[in-house]
Amino acid sequence: MTREEIIRPENEVYRKPALMNDVGMHYCPGCSHGVVHKLIAEVIEEMGMAEKTIGISPVGCAVFAYRYIDIDWQEAAHGRAPALATACKRLWPDRLVFTYQGDGDLACIGTAETIHALNRGENITIIFINNAIYGMTGGQMAPTTLIGMKTATCPYGRDIHLHGFPLKMTEIAATLDGTAYVTRQSVDTVAAIRKAKKAIRHAFENSMQGKGSNLIEFVSTCSSGWKKSPVEANKWMQEHMFQYYHLGDLKDK
Amino acid sequence: MGEEREVLLLKGNEAIAHAAIRCGCDGYFGYPITPQSEVLETLAALKPWETTGMVVLQAESEVASINMLYGAGGSGKRAMTSSSSPGVALMQEGIGYMAGAEVPGLIVNVQRGGPGLGTIQPSQSDYNQATRGGGNGDYNVIVLAPASVQEMADFVDLAFELAFRYRNPAMILSDGVIGQMMEKVVLPPYKPRRTEEEIAQECPWAANGHGLKNRKPNVITSLELESSVMEVRNLHLQEKYRQIAENEVRYEENGCDDCDYAIVAFGSAARISQKAVDTARKKGYKIGIFRPITLWPFPEKEIARLSEHVKGILVVEINAGQMVFDVRAAVNGRIPVEHFGRLGGIVPDPDEIVQALEERFIHRK
Repeated sequence: MTREEIIRPENEVYRKPALMNDVGMHYCPGCSHGVVHKLIAEVIEEMGMAEKTIGISPVGCAVFAYRYIDIDWQEAAHGRAPALATACKRLWPDRLVFTYQGDGDLACIGTAETIHALNRGENITIIFINNAIYGMTGGQMAPTTLIGMKTATCPYGRDIHLHGFPLKMTEIAATLDGTAYVTRQSVDTVAAIRKAKKAIRHAFENSMQGKGSNLIEFVSTCSSGWKKSPVEANKWMQEHMFQYYHLGDLKDK
Repeated sequence: MGEEREVLLLKGNEAIAHAAIRCGCDGYFGYPITPQSEVLETLAALKPWETTGMVVLQAESEVASINMLYGAGGSGKRAMTSSSSPGVALMQEGIGYMAGAEVPGLIVNVQRGGPGLGTIQPSQSDYNQATRGGGNGDYNVIVLAPASVQEMADFVDLAFELAFRYRNPAMILSDGVIGQMMEKVVLPPYKPRRTEEEIAQECPWAANGHGLKNRKPNVITSLELESSVMEVRNLHLQEKYRQIAENEVRYEENGCDDCDYAIVAFGSAARISQKAVDTARKKGYKIGIFRPITLWPFPEKEIARLSEHVKGILVVEINAGQMVFDVRAAVNGRIPVEHFGRLGGIVPDPDEIVQALEERFIHRK
């Protein structure tokens, strides 16, 4: 059987979303970002919203999200993505507006913007990648770093007396009256990826129906920052991260 | 929606709000701070979202306000914020990002005295911050300095026009005097907000999804890790600033043709100085006044020309001496340039300006 004979429409089992381009990703092997990017691209495409979407990218590893998904983007200052999204959605009510933020961006420097956008019930979706570390700057402690976990700025492990406790932003978001859908997901298995995609679709649809703010936390891997192989990182996440950051829906109005 | 002009008695801050609604502004994002809170209060009372569709939102901080402005401008909308000195200090990060990503927008600074929390009384001590960029990196913001309530109203539309023509943030640098005082003001007829098609035409670069099928994605960003590309981008910005400096200098002169000495002052200091000039002329001194309206770009050539036929220049500012350095640079040592100012929220009296003229120039041995 030749290659040409195999590549036929009836044999197609998987197709890359058309909104994902062929630019080589800068993400490390085993990183969750790429999978979440793909799911977002798929959902926008399936909803037919490519011409009506504004994505807001963060400062952090996903700063270059705009290189990989072919929609219109604005690159926000560190932590400020929800403020940009607020203005975009209010001024373009028929647009699908989402932010894509990491834990340092959302749970540390942008805590105020995040909480207030969610509390105002802005009709946006916040995609929150929580890998418990600052990836882009080389593996420093994040507000979500687990107790005892070693990073470049807590080389002896996170000490609650020095650094306080890992911040559960998603739990905080669920208490806010402005939020419609708050959930914690992961992309560690095929089943989880399928569930995650449904969560993104649900959040995006909520935002278009004017139901309020939506937050999806993705408990994620950072194999480079954690200094583990992709397989080890995935396993470590399941064994440690999931113990502190419980998966599942926290709120679905 | 009246097609007519309207004459009202308004505070400077209120005039800003009225003018915004009338010039087709799409959104206002702001945070309360004295002495400019009437801008947001007036907008909230006028409810433009029910008439022109303009969005008005009280943000959680000045940091959020300026980033809302970035998002709005980046999507091609005419948006503005207003604040006073400590709040504008907080906005510098966002203004720098807007300059770097070439996002248009309007920032109104109704200045108060500093440093720090300072005072709620008027000041012009944010001149350096406004005219030097204010944040990190090499950039400039277009700065307009109103000297009347009428100019507060007129400069809103002008600032938007300039901001969108050059894809650059623009600032109205006012102060507590102009913001709080009441004057008769002629408001322009209502100009409709731009439609989506009009925005697409004026801002083909905007990130709003419009027409994505037939173009490459639009990305609003100030980031570029490749130095050779970043240098080209910076050179492009510098070229743009040169064009603005070439085309957009604005100023006003009064009595400069036959004067021995000239006062250079902007905003409320220029108004007070005009009174001082009137008094001085009655005393027989030939004094003229030169008022920069754009503080950046600065009327450098015009002040250089002025220095060719006057014996000295007194720069009057409500600060410790900031614009005086721009005047000295323009004069380039040809004649003496002195500074007179009051600090801490004290507004100078016209008589003390006359006295300063006498001491530093007229009676100088």
